[in-house]
Amino acid sequence: MADAHNAFVTEETIEGADSGPLAGATVAVKDNISTEGVRTTCGSEMLAEYVPPYDATVVSRLTDAGATIVGKTNMDEFGMGTTTETSAFGATTNPVDEERVPGGSSGGSAAAVAAGDADYALGSDTGGSVRCPAAFCGVVGIKPTYGLVSRYGLVAYANSLEQIGPLAPTVEGAAELLDVIAGPDEHDATTRDAGAGSDYAAAANGDVDGLTVGVPTELVEGADDEVRAVFEDALDAYRDAGAEIEEVSLPSVEYGVAAYYVIAMSEASSNLARFDGVRYGESGGFEGNWNESFAETRAENLGDEVKRRILLGTYALSAGYHDKYYKQAQEARAWVRQDFEGAFEDVDVLATPTMPVLPPKLGESVDDPLQMYLMDANTVPVNLANLPAISVPAGESSEGLPVGLQLVGPTFGEETIIDAAALLG
Amino acid sequence: MSDSTVDADEVRHVADLARVDLDDEDVGRYADQFADILDHFETLEEVPDVEAEPELVNVMRPDEVEESLDQDEALENAPETEDGFFKGPKVS
Repeated sequence: MADAHNAFVTEETIEGADSGPLAGATVAVKDNISTEGVRTTCGSEMLAEYVPPYDATVVSRLTDAGATIVGKTNMDEFGMGTTTETSAFGATTNPVDEERVPGGSSGGSAAAVAAGDADYALGSDTGGSVRCPAAFCGVVGIKPTYGLVSRYGLVAYANSLEQIGPLAPTVEGAAELLDVIAGPDEHDATTRDAGAGSDYAAAANGDVDGLTVGVPTELVEGADDEVRAVFEDALDAYRDAGAEIEEVSLPSVEYGVAAYYVIAMSEASSNLARFDGVRYGESGGFEGNWNESFAETRAENLGDEVKRRILLGTYALSAGYHDKYYKQAQEARAWVRQDFEGAFEDVDVLATPTMPVLPPKLGESVDDPLQMYLMDANTVPVNLANLPAISVPAGESSEGLPVGLQLVGPTFGEETIIDAAALLG
Repeated sequence: MSDSTVDADEVRHVADLARVDLDDEDVGRYADQFADILDHFETLEEVPDVEAEPELVNVMRPDEVEESLDQDEALENAPETEDGFFKGPKVS
């Protein structure tokens, strides 16, 4: 099948075990998740020829469960973007509307599922990179609680924020995939016992009778009118099914985008220092001084957005600026976490539009980085607070563009958000 | 309106620290964009001090020898190797 949406960087089949819960199912895997013997580019020229010598834990769990991996999906370079347009392998288009972006950074994974090129997909979510493309392509995506899924073999962008998560056409499907990949791993010391022996798929019932749904006003007010209208209709569906809707206030989230980008860029500047062209990646040559050789290959083989984040992260951590930016961002992160903890004393889940906007047209958002960052306002607070969240299709705009509903749960409250989301999908 | 005066020299300094070559056009563009972005980051000054328990603690254990990649596998992706080692540019 031709890859009509440029959803894949590499189309290659990795066969799974003969039997298991995913026997017969096809899964597309984001190209920052290591696959032994199959190149893993992270959407970057720097790693265009990189072939991992080992599998990520989630990849061995998929194949052990009988899944067939059908390819590695396109993504914003190193996960840095909200549209999948920063990939060195060209933009992915949205199967719902070819003129629009699929969201990002896991845009290839969402497009592959939406187009039926794979039954399921894995993405990674550092600040919304599973939920945003799920919302824009009209599929379901889950960002698990930090520590539920192993990051071993995930090429790091911002370690303290990211989790691998499933994308699928239905909530039950996403939950089935999460059951396979969740649980502790001796290769990732941040994994926890929660998720061992899970049965999230059994929770996908849409039973919301008596459930209290909090709506943080700060994350609804800024949304486009059309997005808000679909969101309000979705809340009505929850009321009709017996849920109680309650307004809540999370004042800290006004600082979410700033805190998220300072922390993510700072971690990125350190993580991406490894790409010097010596152990892997493109070499800068062996002439002259080592600093010049490193600076040359990084200039040639990293894209514009990646350089921007490395430079800003380096700036935020540099002498004289560390307290002003990085330390304040950590304060904000702690405040966001406390705000959510407070909210969950009164409500069972929180509901917001996943994205405040409809999927932009290709090329529309590349020239103004700050505007692109602000699109992440509703997704980044969840990563700052280490919480689980799901994006489920809530309806369509007047032009037929998908709108996603985000449900956020308390720490390791995956069953609650899966159950609630199943009302819609 | 901006307190964040990021001039071209500052962008060059940071690029030098981060080992990324930039041409003059890049420097000018980044200087403009950084002013906008840093302005937004400066809202973090309004964030109150928060008393929070650290979420993560260090966990120690004795080192144990386990199976890992062999030398050939570890060198597979290196652009150049010599006598079983990575080959890099001159350190001078």
